[in-house]
Amino acid sequence: MSEIEQFREETREWLEANCPASMRTPARGEEDAYWGGRNANPANPDQKVWCDAMASRGWTAPHWPKEFGGGGLDKEQLKVLRQEMARIGARSPLESFGISMLGPALLKFGNEEQKQEHLPKIVRGEIRWCQGYSEPNAGSDLASLQTRAEDKGDHYLVNGQKIWTSYADKADWIFCLVRTDNSGTKHEGISFLLFDMASEGVTTRPIKLISGSSPFCETFFDNVEVPKANLMGEEGKGWTIAKYLLTHEREMISGFGVSGSGRSLGQTAAEIVGTDATGRLRDSALRHDVAQFQLDSLAFGATMQRVGDEAKAGQGLGAASSIFKYYGCELNKRRHELNLAVQGEAALGWDGELYNNGAMPRAWLRSKGNSIEGGTLEVQLNIIAKRVLGLPD
Amino acid sequence: MALVLNEEQQMLKDSAAGFLAEKAPVSALRALRDSEDATGYSADLWREMAEMGWPGIAVPEEFGGIDYGYVGLGLILEQAGRTLTASPLQSTVLVAATAISHMGSQAQKEQWLPAIAAGEKVVSLALQEGAHHAPEQTAATAAANDQGFVLNGEKVLVLDGHVADCLIVVARTAGEPGDEHGISLFLVDSNASGVSVARRSMVDSRNAAAVSLKDVQVGADALLGDLNEGSGGLSYTLDIANLGLAAELLGLSQEAFERTMEYLKERKQFGVVIGSFQGLKHRAAEMFAELELCRSLVLKALQSADTGDENLPALASAAKAKLSQVAQRVTNEAVQMHGGIGMTDEFDIGFFIKRARVAQHTFGDYNYHLDRYARLSGF
Ligand SMILES: Cc1cc2nc3c(=O)[nH]c(=O)nc-3n(C[C@H](O)[C@H](O)[C@H](O)COP(=O)(O)OP(=O)(O)OC[C@H]3O[C@@H](n4cnc5c(N)ncnc54)[C@H](O)[C@@H]3O)c2cc1C
Repeated sequence: MSEIEQFREETREWLEANCPASMRTPARGEEDAYWGGRNANPANPDQKVWCDAMASRGWTAPHWPKEFGGGGLDKEQLKVLRQEMARIGARSPLESFGISMLGPALLKFGNEEQKQEHLPKIVRGEIRWCQGYSEPNAGSDLASLQTRAEDKGDHYLVNGQKIWTSYADKADWIFCLVRTDNSGTKHEGISFLLFDMASEGVTTRPIKLISGSSPFCETFFDNVEVPKANLMGEEGKGWTIAKYLLTHEREMISGFGVSGSGRSLGQTAAEIVGTDATGRLRDSALRHDVAQFQLDSLAFGATMQRVGDEAKAGQGLGAASSIFKYYGCELNKRRHELNLAVQGEAALGWDGELYNNGAMPRAWLRSKGNSIEGGTLEVQLNIIAKRVLGLPD
Repeated sequence: MALVLNEEQQMLKDSAAGFLAEKAPVSALRALRDSEDATGYSADLWREMAEMGWPGIAVPEEFGGIDYGYVGLGLILEQAGRTLTASPLQSTVLVAATAISHMGSQAQKEQWLPAIAAGEKVVSLALQEGAHHAPEQTAATAAANDQGFVLNGEKVLVLDGHVADCLIVVARTAGEPGDEHGISLFLVDSNASGVSVARRSMVDSRNAAAVSLKDVQVGADALLGDLNEGSGGLSYTLDIANLGLAAELLGLSQEAFERTMEYLKERKQFGVVIGSFQGLKHRAAEMFAELELCRSLVLKALQSADTGDENLPALASAAKAKLSQVAQRVTNEAVQMHGGIGMTDEFDIGFFIKRARVAQHTFGDYNYHLDRYARLSGF
């Protein structure tokens, strides 16, 4: 048996033995997922069991180096692990901005102490992170941010306000963009700080979304003291890190566009709306829209696979990867909009058992944020036009 | 007929706009939602609307109305769309009064229309049974017996059903689900034995109920229109209903659009107002064009209802389909162009996208009316 086949067999056995039955069902939205952290409050104790088991092998961050607690898997093994998890319907053991966003930046720009200090805790789900980027006047124009960090010798004194900080009220630490210098261009003078949300002077105020939940917050810093050791990278060079991290955030968000396994929208439509004698969906306009959506999803999935396979074959990351965030988000919004059209009345109920507490319309509303968070649709299109197509500003 | 509002219609539109902006702005709907108001609309506001004659606007004068027609009602609904005002205008005035005026016997009209016109009674159509609007699929039954009829069935999305005095129940008296023939309508007292009404909280924070009918005995005089031949009158009622919803969607979309244009002129990023970015400008200009088309189509269709034009069914479906499509686009763009703040509940834009989808769905969505328009156009 080849090494990779052996790896598959072992993985299969291990997952079979360690993945609790209740973790073999998809999480019902962000809030049902396990996020870890100091105040982790799992809805179901199996969530922690599953996370701990996976973390013990480093498989919450399977591609990170072993020395920082990761799984140390190569691309082939990673693929096998994903396939084997999908085979039994295992959900992701840990949702984490530490894994999807901060980790890659720490690995590239962090110093040895910072990596040793933070990465293993992220892998184990001990510390939950939030992202302090956007400010009331610095959204798409992120580089115009004004949260100040003054040099006070051994520490920085941070003052200012962030907004739309996802889960700031639940997070333990924040990775935060601050201004350490105002004299140069707006991209200069930005620094990347890591600090504890329990620090004196940090307050958060949850903001309710149109979907009814409150995942994001306003975050205020009032004379927060941050030790100098918590500066990541060089002072004033935070913009490069910020952008690198954004590419990882966008990669994560594009994933929303990948259709899960399970029943397709078309099959669901056939069941609800019915088919004619030849098996065609009875509503021809809906049939057209769903078919168009499904084939675009198929093509998108194939594009993600192609880009991945080309990279593995040593051809580098193609220009096509620039469309992932944009296209994935548009697909996800279309999926939810079509789901409303397919489900009809059942997708318009907001509360109560009968409507599963409004899961469908809430997910539909939440999806509208996909093309805003992590850089808006328009910003993505500008990036493609400028960086990939070489069109002038 | 000229596609222009006359002076009187313009006055009605202006006064409705002024009244609703003052008495029932979006914040009123928010307050009803947040206080989990048991009625779901303000009874005081409804009384004031009644004093202005709104509930009787399309009711003939001999039954206590002002017989101003559907262009007038459409203008009011358009303004109510701008403010997202919750009231029985849709359930009772637009739909039920139309059904009774169109199909009712002299006695039924005398019993219900003056009470509706005075704003004293809420009446609602109980039609939809499944996930989608499909009148010919009606499966609820009405079996004749010596005292009249016995009704059984389940209904959803009954507008204002939880506060309705009377329900107009669509039921099958012959044939099979799928048949146009065999459908009859009945006026059923909401308090009749065997009727249970459950309020449903919907995404738009407006009022809808599920109605269950279990061996409900009604008299022979409860039949509204002809036995087995209710489809025609129902179809006319639904044309009017969809026209009214199209008018509401027009107001809603126009308002969401205008608010977005304001924001584009005010919000600055990269040192300039975001409205200076061509990526947004062109989309704004396109939406403007679509909304102008919508306005013409809605007015033309409303006029056809008042003149008794034979094209009413096709125009009603055209208007509902077009407005559903444009409302979806405009409300999505409204959220997107506001960025993060558009996703927040504190900001009003979310109420528009929510109401839009429910109004789009009610009495047939884009797909339904697109298909119906094609069929009525002979292909
Ligand atoms: C659900 C959600 C979660 C989020 N989580 C976080 C988080 O955890 N941490 C964090 O820091 N931020 C977070 N954000 C904030 C997000 O990154 C910002 O909302 C986003 O970058 C847009 O900024 P803005 O809201 O200020 O919109 P604006 O920048 O004001 O944009 C308004 C509109 O103008 C358009 N626009 C702006 N510039 C241009 C241009 N040059 N050309 C064309 N159009 C343009 C935008 O695309 C948008 O349509 C989150 C947002 C959402 C919706």
